[in-house]
Amino acid sequence: MTDLTNSPVSATSQQDIGFLQSLARRAQNNWRKIVILIPFVWLLFFFLFPFFIVAKISLAELAIASPPFTKLIEWTDTGVMNIRIVFDNFTYILTDNLYSNTYLNSLKISVLSTLICLLFGYPIAYGIVRSGPVMKPLLLFLVILPFWTSFLLRVYAWMGLLADQGTINNLLISIGLIDEPIRMLYTEFAVFVGIVYTYMPFMILPLYANMEKLDTSLNEAAADLGSKPTNTFFKVTLPLTIPGIIAGSLLVFIPATGEYVIPDLLGGGNVQMIGRVLFNEFSRNTDWPVASAVAIVLLFLLVVPIAVFQHYQGKENEGR
Amino acid sequence: MYNKRSRFLTVMVSLGLAFFYIPLLLLVIYSFNHSKLVPVWGGWSTRWYKVLFFESPEVWSAVALSLKIAFVNATFATILGTLAALAMVRFGRFKGRTLFGGMLVAPLVMPEVITGLSLLVFFISLQELIGWPAERGFTTITIAHITFSMAFVAVTVQARLTGMGQDLEEAAADLGAKPFKVLTAITIPRLTPALVSGWLLAFTLSLDDLVIASFVTGPGANTLPILIFSRIRLGLRPDINALATIIILVVAICVTIAALIMYRQHKRDLLDQQLAERAD
Repeated sequence: MTDLTNSPVSATSQQDIGFLQSLARRAQNNWRKIVILIPFVWLLFFFLFPFFIVAKISLAELAIASPPFTKLIEWTDTGVMNIRIVFDNFTYILTDNLYSNTYLNSLKISVLSTLICLLFGYPIAYGIVRSGPVMKPLLLFLVILPFWTSFLLRVYAWMGLLADQGTINNLLISIGLIDEPIRMLYTEFAVFVGIVYTYMPFMILPLYANMEKLDTSLNEAAADLGSKPTNTFFKVTLPLTIPGIIAGSLLVFIPATGEYVIPDLLGGGNVQMIGRVLFNEFSRNTDWPVASAVAIVLLFLLVVPIAVFQHYQGKENEGR
Repeated sequence: MYNKRSRFLTVMVSLGLAFFYIPLLLLVIYSFNHSKLVPVWGGWSTRWYKVLFFESPEVWSAVALSLKIAFVNATFATILGTLAALAMVRFGRFKGRTLFGGMLVAPLVMPEVITGLSLLVFFISLQELIGWPAERGFTTITIAHITFSMAFVAVTVQARLTGMGQDLEEAAADLGAKPFKVLTAITIPRLTPALVSGWLLAFTLSLDDLVIASFVTGPGANTLPILIFSRIRLGLRPDINALATIIILVVAICVTIAALIMYRQHKRDLLDQQLAERAD
């Protein structure tokens, strides 16, 4: 850095400086372009473009071919372009009770799970923020640690707890509280437990990040002015943590709506959620046009929450 | 005055931690169960570890494939995610910034079934069109993983970039350092902690993914989650408990080491900051 490469320039005329500057600027602009273009093109190609293909297939018909759907655009022998679009898949999904009930059931389960996560995650996050300087990093670490271990294995752990011959039933029978095992695995209850268990860190972490930035002098001021702790909490702390509540809730709600593993492993065939229907539609029935339409409708349901999440995330990153 | 409420908070935190750790603890305990039926206790034994180590070659080839994918994925995702974060934080306005920002955040919350389905139909269409990818497996899974992992890396790096400010870069530029020199001599070294956590996050996300990999894989390419899932779908299996215990142990050790290193770094940063403030 001590090597000042532009020092000889000072001796040359004003014109040369202008030329060199524009050259440097151009080099810098190209360099910036490359930095932007590489990830941009990757995302366009592998993230955005695939959605258009799904949208395209959702407007096609099932065909016995490989891939198993009709072409939207066909060139006839005379060179005329033939565009064939069918909305049958969408009318089928929206009128068929199986699908509409499944969508509603998914939304119900994810909304309730989000509320449960918030109800328990909020005091946990607040408790961590309020703990001492030694405990705080340790508690935060303990909350994050399960998040790094396999998601699949955390769901599996609950299969062992909730099964008819599982740990909970064994315990309850051995202490004489019940005579027959309570059916918990392969019920909606198990799905709730699974979602709350695996998504809880996603609720706690944004709340923690938000609460840690809070100015505690506001609470002290409120206390000095005679406000009771509960009153201070509802009037000062809670309103200030709304961004954290929204971020955490969306991080739980959006992925939970499309969840596949948890309803499959803990709900068995008894709990219908749209992610599971979509996956099975695709792998077993190979009705791609209907599966694509199911995905498009799901995406449509989640567009607003995803946009809200992006808005908050964008603000967070430009925060200063 | 605060005593009552902080007791409530302490109870909630303790209950939360119990809720997090008891299921994992039971998973580990039952891996040492001699009985073939997981929930029926048949005495302590390391029987299932022997089955796992000596009679399950397919598990280890799945582990190898998953580690290979995770490694390549983490490396590419870190590079792409870092470039994306630099573009978002340091480049001001540019054409398509809103779209770019949107595409960078969406994978964080996008349901996996949608991402998986769309990438599969994309790969199949591409194969029809240009004959590539000829078969699905390592390459397609890795591309799919990079696509969603880079978003997580970008968030991590963006947070660090906004946090560390631009003063040093501006000073270097004023002293005549070219933009590329500024990037390699100032920005990248200062980003190292974020790059390491981003890499580890991408690595873990890849190792963890079942749904997207199930969509874009082909015959014969079984990652570890695909293998585990196909087995536990049929019920509890003691050898999976043993495998889970090993995975939990390895992850816990790695995360603890990483956390300790970062904690020490964080404390050093705080100390530097205090010294700098005192010097002012």
